[in-house]
Amino acid sequence: MNIDDHLRIADRVFGSRLILGSGGFANHELLARACQESGAEICTVALRRLDPAARGSILDVLETAGLEVLPNTAGCFTARDAVVTAHLAREAFETDWIKLEVIGDDRTLLPDAVELVAAAEELVDDGFVVLPYTTDDPVLARRLEDVGCVAVMPLGSPIGSGMGIRNPYNVSIILENAGVPVILDAGVGTASDAALAMELGCDAVLCASAISRAHDPVAMARAIRLAVEAGRLARGAGRIPRRRYAQASTPEHGLADLDAPLGA
Amino acid sequence: MNVTVNGQPRELPAGATVADVVELLDVTPGARGVAVALDGEVVTRSRWPATELRDGALIEVVAAIQGG
Repeated sequence: MNIDDHLRIADRVFGSRLILGSGGFANHELLARACQESGAEICTVALRRLDPAARGSILDVLETAGLEVLPNTAGCFTARDAVVTAHLAREAFETDWIKLEVIGDDRTLLPDAVELVAAAEELVDDGFVVLPYTTDDPVLARRLEDVGCVAVMPLGSPIGSGMGIRNPYNVSIILENAGVPVILDAGVGTASDAALAMELGCDAVLCASAISRAHDPVAMARAIRLAVEAGRLARGAGRIPRRRYAQASTPEHGLADLDAPLGA
Repeated sequence: MNVTVNGQPRELPAGATVADVVELLDVTPGARGVAVALDGEVVTRSRWPATELRDGALIEVVAAIQGG
């Protein structure tokens, strides 16, 4: 791989194109090992009411592993909740970066487009570096870019569903039009889904459940890391066009004549 | 006075501040990774000691968890 092939988001440069979501790991030790195997440089965290009985902080885990914290607004259903949560995250983690989630429905966990754009606009105005979790709608992605988001994070399919990329054509349209990095977020179920995202041209993949809820999260972290690298390489290498009929890979010229002579 | 901290009723002496509430929750030294909202607005760390609570105040003290 070209060593200059780095992921650039806002004014930052990252060597890894896999962003780890920390949700769902059975314990901090598994998370730490997955961090290592994933090669990720960024990991999401969420904010919840302080639990005085909680043992150990995820912040210590990520610091030891050398990963940057990307706080999210998971669980917010309104622009106001998301904006206040982003401000809390800025206070708690001393970062302006926020993965913005504004959910519209608690069964599908799909983004609420109207609230999402409103929250993104307000947070950009407040000086945040906003990475919004969005649907695979190319128009919504453009709106989010227009209000100043530094990346867009379309879903492949609903959070935790493991259904992969249900509309690769929409993701391609987003990619063709985006002037900011496109990070495939949500829906990855296994390595091939992550590879497909990168083959489509995504700049990065965010992956949580596919790793954390795998039978062997540490092995899956490595598998998805390799898939992201493979997909990126394949994208750069350029796939062959799809055809309905075969195209021989072996030349016909020089083919031996093996017919029996007449009368033989 | 009576306030609500993370959804639980608490009785605090008059003049109690945000910093007192954080201390009550036995937060790690320096309260790393902790943030506070008072009545839906963020109170920055530097203002915790000077921010007095009123009766009926809603305080949310949050910290990092695995997620996303």
